Amino acid sequence: MSTRWKEFAVESMIRVLGLSSIGFVILIFFFLLKEGVPAFLQVAPGNLFSTRWYPIFDLYGTLPLILGSIVVTLTAIGIALPLGVATAVFVREVAPGWAREVLKPMIEVLAGIPSVVLGFFGMTVLAPLVRETLGAPTGLTAFTGGLVLAYMSLPTIISVAEDALDAVPKSYRDAGLAMGATQWQTIWRVVVPAARSGIVTAVMLGMGRAIGETMAVMMVTGNATRMPLTLDSLFRPVRTMTATIAAEMGEVAQGSTHYHVLFAIGLILFLITFLINLAAAATIFKKRRRGGLR
Amino acid sequence: MGKHRIVGNGLRTVGWVLLVLAAGALGLWAGCTLQPPPEGQETAEATYIIENKGSDTLVNLALAWAEAYMQLHPEVRISVTGGGSGTGIAAMINGTVDIANASREMKPEEIAAAEANGIHPVEFTVAMDAIAVVVHPSNPVDRLTLEQISDIYTGRITNWSQVGGEDRPIVLLSRESNSGTYLYFLEHVIRLGGEESDLLFSPDTLLMPSSEGISTEVRQNPNAIGYDGLGYVTPEQKVIAVALGPEGPYVLPSVETVNDGTYPIARALYMYTAGEPSGAIRAYLDWILTEGQALVPELGFVPLAVESSAD
Repeated sequence: MSTRWKEFAVESMIRVLGLSSIGFVILIFFFLLKEGVPAFLQVAPGNLFSTRWYPIFDLYGTLPLILGSIVVTLTAIGIALPLGVATAVFVREVAPGWAREVLKPMIEVLAGIPSVVLGFFGMTVLAPLVRETLGAPTGLTAFTGGLVLAYMSLPTIISVAEDALDAVPKSYRDAGLAMGATQWQTIWRVVVPAARSGIVTAVMLGMGRAIGETMAVMMVTGNATRMPLTLDSLFRPVRTMTATIAAEMGEVAQGSTHYHVLFAIGLILFLITFLINLAAAATIFKKRRRGGLR
Repeated sequence: MGKHRIVGNGLRTVGWVLLVLAAGALGLWAGCTLQPPPEGQETAEATYIIENKGSDTLVNLALAWAEAYMQLHPEVRISVTGGGSGTGIAAMINGTVDIANASREMKPEEIAAAEANGIHPVEFTVAMDAIAVVVHPSNPVDRLTLEQISDIYTGRITNWSQVGGEDRPIVLLSRESNSGTYLYFLEHVIRLGGEESDLLFSPDTLLMPSSEGISTEVRQNPNAIGYDGLGYVTPEQKVIAVALGPEGPYVLPSVETVNDGTYPIARALYMYTAGEPSGAIRAYLDWILTEGQALVPELGFVPLAVESSAD
C-alpha cells in the first residue's frame, strides 16, 4: 500500500511538473494573443503592414522590422552554416582525440558568453572594422548584426551537427574507406549526407536562436527603421522586431495601441520561431521514420 | 467497471488536491524561511528608502545628489536607476518608485493614467539641460543653423558637403524614442517648434539605446552626427555651435549660454512625485532645489536660474 502510494505521489508530481511547463507555454501564448490581437483590431492592416514605423505618431508599419529581422537572421545563418558544419566535421571526423577533448568544452563555453558582452564587442571592435574595410557610412549595419549573431548561433549549430555526425554508424565510414574513397571523400559524400537531417535541425535551432536574440542585435544593427530592399541594405542599418520590442516596451502606456502593437510584433515573432521549430521537428521526425539513423 | 472508474477518478482528484495543497504549503514555508534576515544596523534607527528612477539624461545627476544627500543624512537610503523618462513615470504611476526623473513634461495620457490610479503627480523643476549637437573631431563643420540640423535629420541634406564639410555621407544618430531627449529634439529642432509641423526623423536615423552608444559611434565615425544632453558630451566629441537663423549668432552650449537663454536648444529637467511629497521625500527635494544645485554644474548641466541669481 505504501509503495503504491509513493509510486502514485511521485508519478503525480512528475505529471504536474511536466504539464506545468506545457501549461506555461500555453499561458504565455494566450497572454500574447490577449495583448497582441487588439492591435489587429485597432490598427488598420494598411497601417500595420506599411513601411513607416513611428509609433508616437500612430504609424505602425511593421514591415521594415520583419524584413530587418529576416535580413539579419539570414546573414547570420549564411555565415554560421558553413562555419558551423565545417567545425563540426573537423571536431568529429578530423581532429585527433586530444584536440576533440579540448575543442568540445571550449565550444560549449562560447554559448555561455552573455549577449551584452558580444554586443559591446560588436559595437566597439566589429563596427569600426566593417565601416573601414567595407566603406559603409556606418559600421552599425545588418551585416555587423549578422556577424555577431552568427557567432552566437555557432555553439548550437556545432554541437547539434556534431551529435548528428556522431550518430552516423562507423560501418558507413568503413564502407566508404573500403570502397577506396579518401577520408575527405568519405566525409563529404557519405558521412555528411547521412547526417543531413541532423544538420538541418542544427541550422533551424541556430536560426531560432538568432531571430530571437535581442540585446546584441540592438547594440550593433543601428536600429534605423528603413526598408532593407536595395542590394546595399546589408551594409546599412536595420531595425529588428526584438530590438523594437526591447527598446520601446519600457516607454508605452499599458493598454495603449502602441503597447498592443508591440505584443502583436511579439506574436509575429512567436509564430516565425514556432514555424522554424516545427520545420526542425519535422526533419527529425522524417529521420526517425526513415529508421536509418537512431 | 464504470463505478470503479468513478471511484478511481475521485481518489485521483483527492490526490491532486492534496498535492497542490502540499506544493502551496511548501511554497509558503520556503517564502518564510527564505526571507532575508533584517540587517540589524538599519532597523536600529528609522530608515527611509527613497526609490528614484527615470531619465537616462538625469541619472548621473540624480546619483550625485543621492550620494551627497546620503552622506549628510545617513538615515536615508536612496536608490537611483535609469531606463528613460517614460520608464520612470510609468513606475511612479504604478507606485513602484517614489520619485520619477524626467527630461520632459509628463504627457497628458500619462497624467490621465496616473489619475486613473488615484495618483496626482507633482512636478519639480530640478535643473536645466542643453542638448548639444556633436560630430567627429575631424569633421571641419563647426556651426549649423537649427534649420540645417532639421534638414539633416529629416533626410533633406544627406552629405556633409551641403553644409560646408567634406564629401561624406551623413550618418544620423538619435536616442531611442523612449528617451525624453528624442521627443524634445523632434519638437524643438526637427519641427523647429512648429505645432502643425509633421516632420519626422528620417527612416535612416540610427536609434541608439544609450548615450554611450551615441558617444561611441560619434568618436569612431567621421560621418556621424549625433545629439545628446550636454552632460554626456565627452571631450572626444566636437560640439557644434548652433544659431536660430543663418545670420547668427552661432552659440556653443555652456552654463552661461543656457542660463542667459542665448543657446537655442535648452530645456528644464523634472522630478515627479506621486502626490504632494512629505517627510523624507519632501526634505530630499527641498535639499535638491537649494544646496543640491551646487552639484549641477559639476555634471555638465545648468543650475536653476532662480538659484544662480540668488547666489
